[in-house]
Amino acid sequence: MRTFEYERPSTLDSVSAALASDRDVRVLAGGMTLIPSMKMRLATPDTIVDLGGIPELVGVTADDEVVAIGAMTTHARVAGSEEVRRSIPALAELAGAIGDPQVRNRGTIGGSVANNDPASDYPAALLALNATVHTNRRSVPAASFFTGMFETALDVGEIVTRVSFPVPLSAAYEKFRSPASRYALVGVFVAVTREGVRVAVTGAAPCVFRATTIESTLAERFGPDALENFRFPREGLNDDMHGDAAYRAHLVTVLARKAVGRIVASSGSR
Amino acid sequence: MKVNITVNDRAVTADVPGHELLSDFLRDRLGLTGTHVGCDTSQCGACVVHVNGASVKSCATLACALDGATVRTIEGLSAPGSLHPMQKAFHENHGLQCGFCTPGMIMSAVDFATVTPAPTAEAARRWLEGNLCRCTGYQNIVAAVLAGSAAMQTTEGARST
Repeated sequence: MRTFEYERPSTLDSVSAALASDRDVRVLAGGMTLIPSMKMRLATPDTIVDLGGIPELVGVTADDEVVAIGAMTTHARVAGSEEVRRSIPALAELAGAIGDPQVRNRGTIGGSVANNDPASDYPAALLALNATVHTNRRSVPAASFFTGMFETALDVGEIVTRVSFPVPLSAAYEKFRSPASRYALVGVFVAVTREGVRVAVTGAAPCVFRATTIESTLAERFGPDALENFRFPREGLNDDMHGDAAYRAHLVTVLARKAVGRIVASSGSR
Repeated sequence: MKVNITVNDRAVTADVPGHELLSDFLRDRLGLTGTHVGCDTSQCGACVVHVNGASVKSCATLACALDGATVRTIEGLSAPGSLHPMQKAFHENHGLQCGFCTPGMIMSAVDFATVTPAPTAEAARRWLEGNLCRCTGYQNIVAAVLAGSAAMQTTEGARST
């Protein structure tokens, strides 16, 4: 790893000051992507600004309407949070299946969201649940936050501070992991909200997206068999050594059907 | 940057460069070579240690970021000459062949036993996703983790982290 200056501010204001420098500054959250990238010299910043010293960025708050998660809250903490498990169990389950236990003990929701890896899990939850990303400057709806592969609406000097999720009526997340990397080859998050059914897909394309054709099919009739003969188009999907576009398109429908099946089963048992 | 880290119950103060990894801090600076570096790409888990009681990959953690933290390595799991119940379980179940992955396996397994109220073979296998063994096929490792978890639950004070 190349040498760099290390800073660990204790307030958000001092983070903004550190990021205002014209040097190549990178923000460190859990480091589960950034540190391996720096070891491979894919990232060679002059300065690292570690957010680990700012207590207000950690924690979960919830009421009947909204679950808010601080940017530096680890996946393990979200997975184990009583509030998240009670309000949006699908979100706790998603967090508990990211990477492996050691990654979940360091990796954070803010880091994952800001990195916007095309195969990461959280973006699907944010988009399907119509979450809001709060930064040190503004609030951005998930629909306009994820703009492309590893790209977001964040400006230079802007950091994620918190993500707030409206509580859905019910939700489920299903993913098919790459046998080698364990990242989602495809992941589908289905949320039933008062405004309707929302379906978000990760892993399949360069950036997370909403499967609006599946949404409209499910709006007519909500059940796994509604997708029985559904064919998701392969156009625009990733086509690489991990899986071709046709395979990913097939997985989108299969996983959506599984997620819908789980929602139906859980509402029947209530 | 000057950091204060408690390693295996010993207070350590050191002036470390920003890019020093926890694995290098432990191995090169403190001579605690029980923590192994296998892949160095965050895949294999040979470098797993505990930070504030939770298992993490020391090859993907900056030492600077741990100012004020408590770190436990395989050397600090039990007193010299004695074995922690999880170490004993790996010994008794022959949970290894070459042994290179074992320190990480054991540190990960101790965390598993601590956070899992009712350990099952399936849960142990899922937990060990971040620990690769290229020798054994995992049968005896899973058996060791379950035996060690059971032993930890009956041994008061065994949860040294």
